[in-house]
Amino acid sequence: MAKRIDVKDLDIYYGDFKAVEGVTMTVEPRSVTAFIGPSGCGKSTVLRTLNRMHEVIPGGRVHGSVMLDDQDLYASSMDPVAVRRTVGMVFQRPNPFPTMSIRDNVAAGLRLNGIKKKSTLDEVVEKSLRGANLWTEVKDRLDKPGAGLSGGQQQRLCIARAIAVNPQVLLMDEPCSALDPISTLAIEDLINDLKAEYTIVIVTHNMQQAARVSDQTAFFNLKATGEPGRLVEVGDTPRIFSNPTEKATEDYISGRFG
Amino acid sequence: MSTIELEAGPRGGAPAPAAPPSFAPKSGPRALRDNLARIVMWGAFVLGVIPLVWILVSTILKGGSMLLESQWWTNSQAGITDRRVGGGAVHAIQGTLIQAAVTTVISVPVGVMTAVYLVEYGRGRLARAVSFMVDILTGIPSIVAALFVYALWVTTFGFQRVAFAVCLALVLLMIPTIVRSTEEMLKLVPNELREASYALGVPKWKTIFKVVLPTAFSGIVTGVLLGVARVMGETAPLLVLGPYTPVIVTDLFATNMATLPTMINQSRSENLQPALDRVWGAALTLILLIFLLNLLGRFVGRFSKVKS
Repeated sequence: MAKRIDVKDLDIYYGDFKAVEGVTMTVEPRSVTAFIGPSGCGKSTVLRTLNRMHEVIPGGRVHGSVMLDDQDLYASSMDPVAVRRTVGMVFQRPNPFPTMSIRDNVAAGLRLNGIKKKSTLDEVVEKSLRGANLWTEVKDRLDKPGAGLSGGQQQRLCIARAIAVNPQVLLMDEPCSALDPISTLAIEDLINDLKAEYTIVIVTHNMQQAARVSDQTAFFNLKATGEPGRLVEVGDTPRIFSNPTEKATEDYISGRFG
Repeated sequence: MSTIELEAGPRGGAPAPAAPPSFAPKSGPRALRDNLARIVMWGAFVLGVIPLVWILVSTILKGGSMLLESQWWTNSQAGITDRRVGGGAVHAIQGTLIQAAVTTVISVPVGVMTAVYLVEYGRGRLARAVSFMVDILTGIPSIVAALFVYALWVTTFGFQRVAFAVCLALVLLMIPTIVRSTEEMLKLVPNELREASYALGVPKWKTIFKVVLPTAFSGIVTGVLLGVARVMGETAPLLVLGPYTPVIVTDLFATNMATLPTMINQSRSENLQPALDRVWGAALTLILLIFLLNLLGRFVGRFSKVKS
């Protein structure tokens, strides 16, 4: 079910611009890994290479390898569409499909990939919405538009949509940055529940959040403006927050910069 | 890290409230400029509306009575001369609607797909060339499009001047407007929706058909209907390629097919009252058709708008 991710010597480019360089790290299955670091240091960029969303941007390309268990995501025979079915993603701003109802939003991944059987879809919709802690709130209005929910509900709807296709890994790009504290708490609780089944990688600007939800924390930083971002340090969250090896990590965590 | 030093002693009460700002009355010169700007804007608005209202009122006054006669909607002008009263416009209405429909059926897929290419796929030189061509086509005078089709259809291929040739010329005029309006609508679809779809493992073409196009649907429809309305009033291609006939013709490849613009043009050629009445009647009918189409466009736009 949940898979391990091995990133090795990963360089990420936008056209000729090297955005991130030399990332090597391992993400354990059934754990939460948090990416922290100042804006523009490449955390989201690294995240997006884990399901080949990076190359959706014109000029986006990578060197190095990303292994999902024993499969190389960037092997020439690997279909990016298949990768994205295995590695799901939740975005910074809730982005339910505005033309679809709540039910259709959750079923979108399956339906757009050719699964039409109503009983299967209904089952998956309920399971995913329960998994995203949204079922009790929306079960009486599944046919209403998804865009009519509150921001926090929309984000949980997006999580339900992502887990409906049964991915092995769930990537979250600042999933709470557009939400109020109560909705944030709901999402954090949800991350804790989802950890039992999925490998989760979350980008966050909120260090308390990283400390609360993650087992492992990776700190990214820029050497200087215009230089590529790099992975400074990665380790168990308690250690990173209490006893980081690198000075830069300590400075960032204690709020001295960034 | 610097820390803010907290005062140990008791706070010395609330700070004294600042004196309330004094609001001076509006100064003379500013009030003058304000009024001047208001007058200029209202003047421009009224100036712009006068001819519109004038056209509408005089067309209704002079052509309205024609439209109230039932034979206007049931009869053609077959066997009726300019000197005689009577007959209807059904041949021209039918012709206009048929040609607009055929033109739309050809133009919409080509135009929408071109816009999809430009927004979703187009990169580099080819896309820039296509975009440039669309710009040029947008500015092409309708008489040029008509003569191009004439050169191709009649001179080169040796076919007769038929309604279908008119449609081809209208297609040339309609495609660029559809491409442009659709392009704008597709650009309005947030990229996040495309990414959300990709992240679910949905291929790009399916993302476009199931997510992007439905999201932009109402805007695209509105743009198409406005394009149809424009094409319905187009006259030059009709004069060059589709001469008037007073009888009902529904075959696109047969002989001449009447349309409202050519009916107007035909009837105004002689200064006889029955014919002039028909000019106003046909003009009002055309305005009415285009008005209904615009209304339909708005209705569809509102009806299928993405609800939140």
